[in-house]
Amino acid sequence: MSGTFVGMPAFPKAAHEAVHNTTLRGNLRHATHTIRAKRATAVAEVSDWAELREAGKQIKDHTLRHLDRYLEQLEESVTAAGGTVHWAADADEANRIVTYLVKATGESEVVKVKSMATQEIGLNEALEAEGIHAYETDLAELIVQLGKDRPSHILVPAIHRNRGEIRDIFTREMSEWGRPAPEGLTDTPAELAEAARLHLREKFLRAKVGVSGANFMVAETGTLVVVESEGNGRMCLTLPETLISVVGIEKIVPTWQDLEVFLQTLPRSSTAERMNPYTSTWTGTTDEDGPQNFHLVLIDNGRTDTLADEVGRQALRCIRCSACLNVCPVYERAGGHAYGSVYPGPIGAILSPQLRGTGSEIDSSLPYASSLCGACYEVCPVAIDIPEVLVHLRERVAQGGPVTENGNKVVLKPAKGHGAERAAMRAARWAFSRPGALRTGQRLASRSRRFHPRTLPGPGKAWSASRDLPALPPEPFRDWWQRTNGGKDTGK
Amino acid sequence: MSSRDLILGRVRRALADVRRDDTPYEQAVPRGYLREHGELAPAETVELLAENLADYRALVHRADADGLAEMIAGLLHAHGSKTVLVPPGLREEWLSATDLARVPDRGESTAHELDRVDSVVTACALAIAETGTIVLDGSPDQGRRRITLVPDHHICVVRVPDQVVSSVPQALELLDPTRPLTWISGPSATSDIELDRVEGVHGPRTLEVVLVTGGDGQG
Repeated sequence: MSGTFVGMPAFPKAAHEAVHNTTLRGNLRHATHTIRAKRATAVAEVSDWAELREAGKQIKDHTLRHLDRYLEQLEESVTAAGGTVHWAADADEANRIVTYLVKATGESEVVKVKSMATQEIGLNEALEAEGIHAYETDLAELIVQLGKDRPSHILVPAIHRNRGEIRDIFTREMSEWGRPAPEGLTDTPAELAEAARLHLREKFLRAKVGVSGANFMVAETGTLVVVESEGNGRMCLTLPETLISVVGIEKIVPTWQDLEVFLQTLPRSSTAERMNPYTSTWTGTTDEDGPQNFHLVLIDNGRTDTLADEVGRQALRCIRCSACLNVCPVYERAGGHAYGSVYPGPIGAILSPQLRGTGSEIDSSLPYASSLCGACYEVCPVAIDIPEVLVHLRERVAQGGPVTENGNKVVLKPAKGHGAERAAMRAARWAFSRPGALRTGQRLASRSRRFHPRTLPGPGKAWSASRDLPALPPEPFRDWWQRTNGGKDTGK
Repeated sequence: MSSRDLILGRVRRALADVRRDDTPYEQAVPRGYLREHGELAPAETVELLAENLADYRALVHRADADGLAEMIAGLLHAHGSKTVLVPPGLREEWLSATDLARVPDRGESTAHELDRVDSVVTACALAIAETGTIVLDGSPDQGRRRITLVPDHHICVVRVPDQVVSSVPQALELLDPTRPLTWISGPSATSDIELDRVEGVHGPRTLEVVLVTGGDGQG
C-alpha cells in the first residue's frame, strides 16, 4: 500500500500534536457527537438490526472464504455485460493500468467520484506525474484537494475544517483550478455548496473520462454499486464516455439479493439516514445510456496478505461506513491525520498495518492507537471485532512471528522499541514458573513499598507519564491467604 | 505469470485453512431479518412513503388520474420553467395541459444542451415506502440516466398503491440488475460542511413526487 503519508511520525507523536490544536478538536467534537446521536436514532428505527448485522457479517465472511471462486465469477459476469476486467497486484500496477486507459482515450483530465481505493493507491498523484489532471468532485474531497490538504475521515474527509476555513480555501484556490469562487462568498454552507456546484459543473459537462470506486460488486450479475449524496457520483458515472472503476478485491457480494442487507445497514451506519440520496447500479454498459466503455480494475495491494491471517482477515469485511471513527474516543481527540494513512480511526488502526505490514514506525504504532474500549465493535454493521484484531496485531509487533508479505510466508522479527515490554514478559514467565522466587519477590515488593517511585525510570518513563503506578498492598495475597486460612480465621 | 494468476494464487494460498466442505452459501447466510418492517395496509404504505419523501425534502403532491395533467402543468408553471425534457415513452396525456417547449431525450444531445433545460418529467420503476426512495430503471417512460440528473427540477410520477413496496428487500426482488438503476431519496444533498445538511449540490435541487391514484393501471 503506497498511500503512506510521507514522513508521518508514529501515532503517539502525531496525536500529541493534534490534541493541542483546539480548532481541530472543536471541529471534530462537534462532528462526531452530532453524527453519533443521529446514527443511534437511525439504527433504533430498524427492529431487526441485530439480524441484519449478523447476515452482513456472514455474507462477507463467506465471500472472503471463497474469494477466488467469486472473483472468477465476477470477472465472467462483468465481461459478459460488456465491461473489461484488469487485475493489479499492487498500487503501482493499478496506477499504470489506469494511466494507460486514460491515455488511450486521448484525454488529459478525468473527473473522480470519492473513492478510498484510489486514495489508497495515490492515483491522483500518479496521474498528475503523467500530465493527467484528476478532479475530485465530492464536496469534501474538493475542499481537501483545493486546500492541498489530506483527508481525515472516511466519509467526510474535510471534517477537520470549519465553514470559515472552507470559505478561505474556496476564495483563494478555486481560480487556480477553473471557475473562481463568486465575489463576496460568505461562509454559509448553502453558499459554499453553490460555489462548489458552479465550479464543478463546467468540469462534469465536458468530462470524457470518469474514475470511481464501488461500494459493492455482485459476483452473480457483474453489477457495481455506488452510494452517495450529492449527485457528483451520478455525474461521473453517467456523463463520461469512459468509466474506470478501481475496486479492492474484497468488495464482492455473491448475489443481487445480498444488497438488501447492506443497503439497509450502510446508510444508517454512515450518514445516519434511512437511505442516502443517490444509489447507482450498473452492469457493464448499456446502449446509449451512460459510458460506452467500462473498465474494472481489481486491486490486491496487501489484501491477500491480510486474507492469509485468520484473525486479521475480518478487517476485510469492512464496508467503509465510518461508524467506528465517530464513536472512538481516541479518534475524536487525535483526528484522522494522526493515523498516517487514508484509513483513520479504529478500522485504520487494524487495516493499515495489515495492508502495509508493520515495518514502519507509524504502522507498528497503530495497533496501540486505541483504548480497547470496544465501542467500535458495538457499532460496526458487519461486526468486525476490532479490539480482538488490535490485540492480535500488538502481539505481532511486540513478539514477531509468521506473517504473509507479498504472498510469501515470512517470520517477522519483533519490532524495535519493545525491548522493555519483552524483558518484562520474560521476567514474568521466569517468576511465574518458580513459586519460591515469586513469593520472595512479592514479599520484597510489599516491604519496600514506601520507597517506590511514582514514575518509572528508563524505558518505562513514557508509560508512567500518563498513568499512575498501581499501589502495592502491605502484604502479598498468598501470605494473607495462609495467615487467615483463606479469610476464614480473622476475616481481615 | 499474469497479475490475475498471481492474485488468485495468493488468495488460494491464503485460504489454506478453509475446508473443501465449508458451509455452502445457502446455509452460511442467516436470513433472519425482516422482509418488511410492520404489516401496513396498502394505503398506509403510501402514507409512509409520502412521509419519508417529505422528511428528506422532496415535495410530495397527490392527484387522481384525471387531474394529473393539470397538476403537472401547474408544477411546471410554478417553477417558472420554459422547457421540459420528455422521455420517449412518457404518456402523452401527462403533458397535455402544458404548452411548454418539449425537449426530447435524444442520444446525441450534449450535456450542455441538457443543462439548459429547466425541468424533466418521468415515471418510475417503483418506490420504497420505508426509506422514501423512488427507483428509476431507464425504461422508456423514465429515459436515460442523465435526463434526471442534469436539469435542476425533476417531477416524478408514482402510481399508488401499485408501484409502492414497503422495503428494500421487496424492491430488489422486483428490480432487474441488468438495467442501470438510480435510487433517489430526496433531492441532491451534502453534509460535508460541519455536518449541516444542504439540499442541492449536483443533482436536481428540487424533486417533486406526484402520487397518482386511479386510471387504467398503466399510466
